[in-house]
Amino acid sequence: MTELLPLMLLGAVIGLDVVCFPQMMYSRPLVAATLAGAFVGDATRGLLVGVLLELIAIATLPFGASRYPEWGSAAVVGGAIAATLHTDRAGVITLGVLAGLATAWAGGWTLVKLRQWNAYLARRRRPALDAGARGAVIGLQLAGLTGDLVRAALLTGVAYAVLFPVAVHLAGAWSFSGPPSRSVVILLATAVATSAAWVIFHSARGARWYFAGGVAVGLLLLLVR
Amino acid sequence: MTAPAFSAAAPSPAPAPSLPAWVWVKVFTRLLAIQGAWNYESLLGNGIGFCLEPALRYLPGGVHGAAFKEAIARESAYFNAHPYLASVAVGALARAELSGVPADRIERFRTALCGPLGSVGDRLVWAGWLPFASLISLAAFGLGARPLLVIGIFLVLYNAGHLALRIWGLRVGWTRGLAVAPALGNPLLRRGPAHVARAAAAAAGVALPLTAARVLDGGPALLAVVLVGAALVSILLVRVHGRVEGYKLALVLIALFALLSVAR
Repeated sequence: MTELLPLMLLGAVIGLDVVCFPQMMYSRPLVAATLAGAFVGDATRGLLVGVLLELIAIATLPFGASRYPEWGSAAVVGGAIAATLHTDRAGVITLGVLAGLATAWAGGWTLVKLRQWNAYLARRRRPALDAGARGAVIGLQLAGLTGDLVRAALLTGVAYAVLFPVAVHLAGAWSFSGPPSRSVVILLATAVATSAAWVIFHSARGARWYFAGGVAVGLLLLLVR
Repeated sequence: MTAPAFSAAAPSPAPAPSLPAWVWVKVFTRLLAIQGAWNYESLLGNGIGFCLEPALRYLPGGVHGAAFKEAIARESAYFNAHPYLASVAVGALARAELSGVPADRIERFRTALCGPLGSVGDRLVWAGWLPFASLISLAAFGLGARPLLVIGIFLVLYNAGHLALRIWGLRVGWTRGLAVAPALGNPLLRRGPAHVARAAAAAAGVALPLTAARVLDGGPALLAVVLVGAALVSILLVRVHGRVEGYKLALVLIALFALLSVAR
């Protein structure tokens, strides 16, 4: 696992983007999984995992203090696992998506813990903050950023170290052929994305007709290709 | 009777000193890290103080003066807003602090600003621009684009809106000060979310079948089965919305599928 440390670094930088810095959304699964795949030598396989995770991630709306999965580090783990398996067995993409989903779930929990830790630090520094100490304000911000960087690195490292051997074992014993393997995961990802699109957009006047028109165009493009 | 802290009829802002360009560069860079110390108690509060700090150094007495310390303490208290639109608050609060607006008025203004900057930003960005950019990129993938082009389309499209919103917010906040309310009635902010939602709905319609077809890489019959199945499952998910999270359902079902594949 020579790729573990570089992947932890990539996961740290990408995990930091999710909330703390700079939120330019290179932490979206589409980007992060592709970068992770390219990092270990197979950008296309990383992209396939990223596309499937991105479909599922559309349902995540990071409103205010809501709790949500952490897709950045998760996509790095999922994309890297699928790309590192170096096998054409049917279940590789499915296993990458599965690893990404499991890591996203755990990552959401780590974000909650980080925010509780930030609150603890802020309580400890309350007297200095109330006195208007600039060092306290800047120190808390840097502590939060550092904490998030470390959180994302550890999450990526632990998830990859645990899930990669499991994925190798499962890929070796995978029995379904390619079409059913892909069809199950794409069916679920498309269903989650479609329901998310409905929930998010249906309140906009006429959105359902725009969606229907889009589906018609999409199917037409499929027919003429 | 006290004057309203945040209303459309707020008076024109008092003249403020000009700040050097490097201060704005610092403030803008810090805006990118505004959520660095986000927590469940003060939320974005410390981030607001962190972003304002380079500008507040220009208060009388500098960083060791009483005005600076009072302003830092005030601005680092509880605050909630969408992280991108928080730039409006940072610009307006910098203007207010440097113009010597009374503390109680600034505090009421801060409180009044939280709601609009949160709800407008959430609808415009998280429930609008982000899924729109994502779905456009997925459509490009479905049409056969290579990895670099897919992620390039997403990053350029999304960040064009993201950075423009942050820059606009900082500029309009600083220009208008406490009279920033009318700027929040900007047609882009009022009607933008609905337009973006319609565009994203159309993009979703185009992207989903194309994406499914490229990932599946199978015959039309299998694609039809997958699309019909996805439609049925999505109806179920809409019906149980709020009780079941899509990603958890996908995780459990894919895990069961993987177990079935290795066990049979």
